[in-house]
Amino acid sequence: MKKTGAQILCESLIKEGVEVIFGILGGSVLPIYDTFPQYPQLRHILVRHEQGAAHAADGYARAIHKAGVCIATSGPGATNLVTGIACAYMDSAPMVAITGQVARPVIGKDAFQETDITGITIPITKHNYLVTDVTELARTVKEAFHIAQTGRPGPVLIDVPRDVQQEQTEFIYPDRLDLPGYKVFSRGHPSQIKKAAALINEAEQPVIIAGRGIIISQAYDEFREFAEKAQIPVAHTLLGLSCFPGDHILDLGMMGMHGTGCANMAVQNTDLLIAIGMRFDDRATATTKEFAPNGRVIHIDIDPAEIGKNVPVDVPVVGDIKSVLTALNEEVERREHVDWLSQIEQWRCEYPSQDIRQSDELLPQYIIRQICEATQGDALMVTGVGQNQMFVARYFTFTKPDSLISAGGLGPMGFELPAAMGVKIGRPEEAVWCVAGDGGFQMTIQELATITQENIAVKIAIMNNGYLGMVRQWQELFYGRRYVDTKLWNPDFVRIAEAYEIPGVRVKRREEVIPAIQKATEHPGAFLIDFLIEPEENIYPIVPPGECLARFFEPSRTETWKQKSGVSITEF
Amino acid sequence: MTDTRHTLVALVEDKPGVLNRIASLFRRRSFNIESLAVGGSERPGFSRMTIVAIGDSAQVEQIRKQLEKLINVVKVSAITEGDMVTRELALIKVKATASTRSEIMQIVSIFRANIVDVAPSSVTVEVTGDEDKVNSLLGLLRDFGVKEVSRTGRIALTRGSNS
Ligand SMILES: Cc1ncc(C[n+]2csc(CCOP(=O)(O)OP(=O)(O)O)c2C)c(N)n1
Ligand SMILES: [Mg+2]
Repeated sequence: MKKTGAQILCESLIKEGVEVIFGILGGSVLPIYDTFPQYPQLRHILVRHEQGAAHAADGYARAIHKAGVCIATSGPGATNLVTGIACAYMDSAPMVAITGQVARPVIGKDAFQETDITGITIPITKHNYLVTDVTELARTVKEAFHIAQTGRPGPVLIDVPRDVQQEQTEFIYPDRLDLPGYKVFSRGHPSQIKKAAALINEAEQPVIIAGRGIIISQAYDEFREFAEKAQIPVAHTLLGLSCFPGDHILDLGMMGMHGTGCANMAVQNTDLLIAIGMRFDDRATATTKEFAPNGRVIHIDIDPAEIGKNVPVDVPVVGDIKSVLTALNEEVERREHVDWLSQIEQWRCEYPSQDIRQSDELLPQYIIRQICEATQGDALMVTGVGQNQMFVARYFTFTKPDSLISAGGLGPMGFELPAAMGVKIGRPEEAVWCVAGDGGFQMTIQELATITQENIAVKIAIMNNGYLGMVRQWQELFYGRRYVDTKLWNPDFVRIAEAYEIPGVRVKRREEVIPAIQKATEHPGAFLIDFLIEPEENIYPIVPPGECLARFFEPSRTETWKQKSGVSITEF
Repeated sequence: MTDTRHTLVALVEDKPGVLNRIASLFRRRSFNIESLAVGGSERPGFSRMTIVAIGDSAQVEQIRKQLEKLINVVKVSAITEGDMVTRELALIKVKATASTRSEIMQIVSIFRANIVDVAPSSVTVEVTGDEDKVNSLLGLLRDFGVKEVSRTGRIALTRGSNS
């Protein structure tokens, strides 16, 4: 029996195990939407902006480790997806984005709502397709999911002209793929693993940089065994947080521009850096010129093109982290590193970056700590971008594997709310907290309607500082405290939530924090807390632009910093 | 490390948009490309592409690996100078008068090049060889007045029976 392109698309999605699709309709996807009622096993979540669809699919994908699916119409629908696709690309999240396209006869004629979305998304997708023949559709979907979900994951876009959706053909879902140019390096080369082990076994001051690759590979146990067996301290990239218990004696917390003093000192003073599933992003390394000057580098990653891209590597191991670590654990010797670990403890005491300063004001650090305690670290934390994100990264102790969902590489404000929706839909049994910036929240605030319509029980904590806080911090430190256009007039978020039928409370004082969190936790549905925090609170330490990791600044070190650097922080 | 010329030979699927993907990659990652030539290969449905890139060896290795990541790119090899046969084809339109024409023809024959078109005030020369040969011929013809040049850029294959 012949089927339409739209039916073939839906059935192919079902073959791939898709259960949820985030999207908004429009003229050139109408045939697809028209077939949805035939496939009740596909749950469609109607969002309020396509950016929300893409971030939700991304959050969903990160939560369940399978491709998230979003769909949008041609032209503006497709271009609205772009931010979310770019975000998934930067953070290696598997996604299949489906866009409608104008009918084939008018492609290239600047037809109404025609946009060259495959052209636009070449640099931000792992691959993309324009399907010009309905007989190619099933194979294309199969390839798209395979590419999105294997190797280093990423987004794949499929652009389907409207008339292809309506055309009919036999539905045959291929069981084999023919991708001669697609290579996945799954097992590390044994001789490279041996070389890596030899370096590890002789190192005196080794440090691990743990990246998101460990989470993607779900190698928590192998990784923990590795760190513990060789007694190597663990610094995390932002997205590597939650791959290893944050309360572990070997854990140093996050490194980088806003990393802990201890993590940054350890990395700068190491004799062997073991970088696992990370890509030497400049927010993590600071200037690469003086990065880990005495450290040899082992780089384990599934993507060969990451090797040597930003930092020279002594021993590369290309492969899936789980399999590489399994092999490596056989080769590495038990070590103790007594001197090195006591040096680490000394730094930990010297730079107590985890402490919260004494203040009567409502401090974001305190709030995050309280959310952590109230949920006993068991919540899935979704963040916005900016200070709120860094406060979560630094003050939430991640003890549950795979519990931070944050947009690291692209850092698009507005990620938090739609991503949290996706996370909650993917892992409905777990508590999901969305920590939002007051600025970022207003970039995708309309998804509150989706939350109510679809009954998505996320807990929203707005870190309301009345500023584009992270930018204000830069203006304060590096632009002579000239707050140009960073002050925000904000609406009453609690009343906004109420208008969306979401209950909420405003919190102005410390003693209201715990009861508010409790109230949010006890409420079965979505809940919003508007935390009016100290407006000019900064996230410290900070490594000023162009400096190396060891030259982090925090107010308690103003004088030593000035002596060491020869300039005051404000002279940058 | 010093910038030098490197030759990359790629086997790519002959699919719509492949050239666009490759060009987009070069532009996005600021790779410095001197020439790019593409045409058929021994396998139906696949093209062979020769890319001459400028950079140090680490940069060129980056280009190679990033190219290989493209789904439609099957294989990319960086070939070193001694190990390959390279050719370039150029068409050169030179001003020619009754008095200079025979001198031009002499030069052309020394280079084993051909005259492929003759007009009252010009001749068009076709030359094949490595870039040095094309450059030297071009240098000699400049004295007569070169009106137009079209070069294909380098194409290359490894020497011997390895592939
Ligand atoms: C879409 C987008 N626009 C601009 C920026 C630049 N930016 C980075 S952080 C930031 C401030 C964010 O303000 P808010 O959401 O209130 O978070 P806060 O830093 O105050 O916690 C801005 C504007 C960005 N990351 N994303
Ligand atoms: Mg703010």
